[in-house]
Amino acid sequence: MSRNSRRRALSKAVVTLCGMAVVLALIPLILVFVYVLKQGVSSLNWDFFTKMPKPVGETGGGMANALVGTLILIGLASIFAVPVGLTAGIYLSEYGKSRLASAVRFTADVLNGVPSIVIGIFAYGLAVLPVHRFSALAGGLALGFMMVPIITRTTEELLNLVPSNLREGALALGATRARAAFGVMVPAALPGIMTGILVSLARIAGETAPLLFTSFNNRFFTARLDQPISSLTVQVYTYAISPYDDWHRQAWAGALVLVTLVFLFSVLARMVTRRLERMHRA
Amino acid sequence: MSEETMTDAPPAAPLTAGSPKIPEATPSPAPATIFPSGSVIRMETRGLNFYYGAAQALYGVSLQVPEKSVTAFIGPSGCGKSTYLRCLNRMNDIIPDTRVEGDVLLDGNDIYGSGTDIVALRRRVGMVFQKSNPFPKSIFENVAYGLKINSLCRRSELPERVEKALRSAAIWDEVKDRLQGSALGLSGGQQQRLCIARALAIEPEVVLMDEPASALDPIATQKIEELIYDLKREYTIVIVTHNMQQAARVSEYTAFFMLGRLVEHDRTEKIFTNPGQKITEDYITGRFG
Repeated sequence: MSRNSRRRALSKAVVTLCGMAVVLALIPLILVFVYVLKQGVSSLNWDFFTKMPKPVGETGGGMANALVGTLILIGLASIFAVPVGLTAGIYLSEYGKSRLASAVRFTADVLNGVPSIVIGIFAYGLAVLPVHRFSALAGGLALGFMMVPIITRTTEELLNLVPSNLREGALALGATRARAAFGVMVPAALPGIMTGILVSLARIAGETAPLLFTSFNNRFFTARLDQPISSLTVQVYTYAISPYDDWHRQAWAGALVLVTLVFLFSVLARMVTRRLERMHRA
Repeated sequence: MSEETMTDAPPAAPLTAGSPKIPEATPSPAPATIFPSGSVIRMETRGLNFYYGAAQALYGVSLQVPEKSVTAFIGPSGCGKSTYLRCLNRMNDIIPDTRVEGDVLLDGNDIYGSGTDIVALRRRVGMVFQKSNPFPKSIFENVAYGLKINSLCRRSELPERVEKALRSAAIWDEVKDRLQGSALGLSGGQQQRLCIARALAIEPEVVLMDEPASALDPIATQKIEELIYDLKREYTIVIVTHNMQQAARVSEYTAFFMLGRLVEHDRTEKIFTNPGQKITEDYITGRFG
């Protein structure tokens, strides 16, 4: 075989291998989605979204409380994490060379890798033990801890993408460092920062472990933040390990809603990114 | 010589035998002879040294900038002219690990003194950058930005002040119907004039321009040059340029920098017709650089 044809054959083999790896990576995703869809769709109906869970033994009912609970938990987590993550990201981008900044950056990366169950235990010790009560606040806190490092790092990275001559332009007009950051740099990176927040939401929406001993679960509807609150993930977990067929069906429906929620966040994040890219090209 | 070849000039070669010699000591400019009598000196540096970390970029630069005139800085790439310009409004402060020695005076007050309010300084000494850098906001908001953050006028006066600045920068007629449109939709030349308008809006006393036309086509360049010519009636302008014809066209005084030293500072006419230093002549006639 000549060198040229050998080179071509090798190239073809490598490309084929890459293609196979892509397919392999996609198979679990597609399988999960198809299976959850197949199992969940039949149990998904209007009652699922509007009705409360029925007592054991009665069929029917829904997860209205868990749905609202999940939204409340995500909302709380965002309220905790967005301001902290955003300002930390701005700090890293603006003062990224200091020793404190590298410490913060390292800590954020480590925090990002901490198992979610450990985060749950931490929030339990922080917000449940002292008051002797599971609460939505504790759950939101746990999820917030998971969001902070993601938002911090994406905010930093996106601010670093904004040309620094915008900062110089603002400074030259008599802006202070903070004013330039919040008035010019952050708005310029805002669509990207929104993407980061959406990605972090997609990441935490499906978390169960941090909620198990923070927000716990609640068979009843509540919007009180100092009470245990139901969430889709914990509800799915509870129903899935139960011995009742009807609960299994509902768990599948819950899983489908969860996957759809995460999917929606991801699609939204992509759309925002696209818009950002278009804006930058223009 | 085309602008292209000028801007792409390689960094000055290290001094070795055969390459042009620059005088070790910076000649002290003689203000009495180069500025007309009665000139008011707006900015001045005395023995200015500047360091990026351990690397020294400026060596004892002493120079005076008279008000309501245009002073041009020329010299090969890496000669320190932009660094020097950025010392005049302390723009180098944001670069970590830099150090300044010597005095930079604005109306006789040391701007590197401990009592200096850096925000107030930059309001008085504005800057236009090499690469136009409009904010990703509307045209109106770009010009209004400096006014707003410095609370220089009442909200109701904003439109009037914005129009005035845009007129001063000779771009009003091109943008008056699209003030709310994005500044990023303007052409490169328009963006640069918008940035000039933005700098003028806060009515600085001195305007520093760092190669403001180097990224523009000849027609846009000509507009900027005409603008500079008009602006000197009200403002003190310091411009860094790679383009020697540009320096000759727009400035009254020219300073030639090389390897971090001020080699010669004189009336532009004198620099370009009868320079005092051999090396200045060599640079101007294109023998190196």
